[in-house]
Amino acid sequence: MSDVPTLDRSVIGREFPPSFAVVEAEAVRRFARAIGETNAVFFDEAAARAQGYRGLPIPPTYVFSMKHAGSSPDSTLRALGVEGGSGKLLHAEQAFEYLQPICAGDRLCFRERVADVFEKKGGALVFIVLETRVTDDRGETVAIIRHTEVIRSDV
Amino acid sequence: MSAAAALRVGDAIPGLKLPALTAGDLARYAETSGDRAAVHLDEAYARDMGFPGVIAHGLLVMAYLGRTLTDWQPLSRLRSFSCRFQAVTLMGERLECRGVVVAVRALAQERLVDLELEVVNQDAELKITGKATLQL
Repeated sequence: MSDVPTLDRSVIGREFPPSFAVVEAEAVRRFARAIGETNAVFFDEAAARAQGYRGLPIPPTYVFSMKHAGSSPDSTLRALGVEGGSGKLLHAEQAFEYLQPICAGDRLCFRERVADVFEKKGGALVFIVLETRVTDDRGETVAIIRHTEVIRSDV
Repeated sequence: MSAAAALRVGDAIPGLKLPALTAGDLARYAETSGDRAAVHLDEAYARDMGFPGVIAHGLLVMAYLGRTLTDWQPLSRLRSFSCRFQAVTLMGERLECRGVVVAVRALAQERLVDLELEVVNQDAELKITGKATLQL
């Protein structure tokens, strides 16, 4: 196999062009249904408002999907020259920090950068940490997404 | 919340037992999440990759785990949620999500609770370990 992905620490700090998305109520409902949610707060505007939200709030992991806006999560890695789909790339860790509730109607901006690259097992495993700051249209940070992917050269 | 106020280290939060995972579950998640990677949808491709069959999106399993948090407390109380993927999940597996309180602490006038989380299958095989912090 000649497609062993490589990556070194020189990419740390690299920023990707921002992307934008609007939270759509119907998309929130579809996502909530797909993960088996039954909590009315994710489906019913009245229930959401009764709990103090300005629109349907999003389930905790949905902001990750919004970032990719229909494209594969591998696209960022591809931009770094790392090809997915070889069985060598695995989603290792995923973390979210929530600073403000995100609700239907919100316009979000996603700014992603390479936060870290490190090795384990003498370089057999290379980890890349992608950090995305999510801001609303007033520029306030509403969430931070950290996505750690591992590239295996031992398979 | 009186129930939350009485929380102690070692308390379990209500868990979630899921039915056997189906290809339809993955198809619906692929559609709404936008992650249509072939390893989740194409049986032949997944086998070529060395898996016994299609594998669940890690974020779908994490989303199930997230349901235990928002079933337990209002979403607006959730401050952080993270997980480490330990093993892939295959079709037919029955997942169970669990959480236990590992700390109750004060930070800048707020009371926070830290949880350790896990998702296991019907044979107690670990799929995800996780952490969450909620404001009480």
